[in-house]
Amino acid sequence: MIELNTHMITADKLTKQFGDFTAVDQISFDVSKGEIFGFLGANGAGKTTAMRMLCGLSLPTSGKASVNGFDVNTETEKIKRSIGYMSQKFSLYEDLTVRENMRFYGGIYGMTIPQIKLKTQYILEHLHLEKEKDTLVGSLPLGWKQKLSFSVAIFHDPSIVFLDEPTGGVDPITRREFWEMIYEAAHKGTTIFVTTHYMDEAEYCNRVCIMVDGRIEAMDTPANLKKQYESAHMEDVFLKLARKATRIAD
Amino acid sequence: MPSVVVENISKSFTAEKKKVLALGDISFDVAKGALFGVIGPDGAGKTTLFRILTTLILADKGKVEIDGFDVVKEYKDIRKRIGYMPGKFSLYQDLTVEENLEFFATIFNTTIKENYSLIKEIYQQIEPFKDRRAGKLSGGMKQKLALSCALIHRPSILFLDEPTTGVDAVSRKEFWHMLKQLQKEGITILVSTPYMDEAALCDTVALIQNGKFLSIDTPEGTVSLFKKPLWAVKSDNMYKLQQDLKQFEGMASIYPFGEYYHLSLNRDSILQEDISAYLTSKVHQGLEINPIKAGIEDVFMELMKSTDD
Repeated sequence: MIELNTHMITADKLTKQFGDFTAVDQISFDVSKGEIFGFLGANGAGKTTAMRMLCGLSLPTSGKASVNGFDVNTETEKIKRSIGYMSQKFSLYEDLTVRENMRFYGGIYGMTIPQIKLKTQYILEHLHLEKEKDTLVGSLPLGWKQKLSFSVAIFHDPSIVFLDEPTGGVDPITRREFWEMIYEAAHKGTTIFVTTHYMDEAEYCNRVCIMVDGRIEAMDTPANLKKQYESAHMEDVFLKLARKATRIAD
Repeated sequence: MPSVVVENISKSFTAEKKKVLALGDISFDVAKGALFGVIGPDGAGKTTLFRILTTLILADKGKVEIDGFDVVKEYKDIRKRIGYMPGKFSLYQDLTVEENLEFFATIFNTTIKENYSLIKEIYQQIEPFKDRRAGKLSGGMKQKLALSCALIHRPSILFLDEPTTGVDAVSRKEFWHMLKQLQKEGITILVSTPYMDEAALCDTVALIQNGKFLSIDTPEGTVSLFKKPLWAVKSDNMYKLQQDLKQFEGMASIYPFGEYYHLSLNRDSILQEDISAYLTSKVHQGLEINPIKAGIEDVFMELMKSTDD
């Protein structure tokens, strides 16, 4: 359920420059609690740089932003502790078992042993992975790895999770099962910040923001964007906007 | 003579003492000048197939001919006449753009000048950066340089392993435009991709999963493999709609597709009115129910399920 009055992320003229290159140019937006917020843009539009600032990994050149109430300029360590993060390159250790990976991540986020045990059991049951709990993650099928990766990203019950192209390369059925997991997490109140190259997935987001050359070129619900740009699909909206780019693609 | 003839090839790998089947008994031909797409998710066997066809690894079983040459006995002849762009960027990071291109031209006993017309359209886009080291290029530029290097000896067959993975929708469109141009030059192209929407741009499409081809046909032929009636359905409450459609008598499958669910049915006898009456009884508002034609992704999921059973 989306709580419109509770903003989990607010960005106000957030900017990042590398020398004389402005990677992110005064972007402003709010993301509400429980919202699935899609962050789209062509390669080189500034998505990754913006995401790194919001995750506390890179300091802004100017502007403000807060994530879960913490300032990206001054409270980066608190941000890192309170968010979950999953990237396309799996963040799991291939040479640890399923259980060891969960133990490891639980430990990193300061969870107690009983908490970790309880959560591990829940995830193993939920993903039907009980039989594989002592299997090395490296030998799991890709689809399982991906679902496990998401479960580990939200293992410590973060209020926000950042997903950086989480579905690249997986088969179409797994891709859809993965989105069911995202919906379930959002339904329980987790805020989802997601980037993707699959334009049909943009339709699954509550709101979508499209970056072009470091700026936010459009931000609205998929339905409103399609109406505004007189397009049948989000893909057409994206193409109309992204073609305006003058920057050389990354 | 077809450019590529593949007969019953299989390949297994051993990982952690377990034997994993990467390719199981695959056969196909690619006609000269065709654009042949191999479409499937990560781990399906696309790269293994491409590595066998480009003579980089040997199949356990089966026979492959490229331009009439055998991949085992005549691999040297094959290497002279094919271009290969691997999924992972494999050029020399510490050579400049121009040096990389020069290097590949030289090992094939040719010059950039001799075949410039073929790569002109692609290379011109990165030529302003010709003195930059390849390692310092952006992803899109690396892709264009790799394609230029794969083409510089004017190969008769071009193998592109996932050239568009992780690339945005705009650049993907541009890349496919380049492939269509190359095809006009008479080059046979084999391309692999995890993106189902790229299937429509190929002459022939092979859908691959778990080391096996699920189908091999023209794009039109592939979508016609979907035999069940298919409907696109939406309502104001999509979460509830999914729950309700799962309970619908006659439902064969239901998957989200953008703002709609694609609902396939077991019987032709179910009418639009039947679906509509059912959902209205479940108090759905803003209902839209339209008969639709299946796309490649619908077919892929359908074939995936039927091979799992």
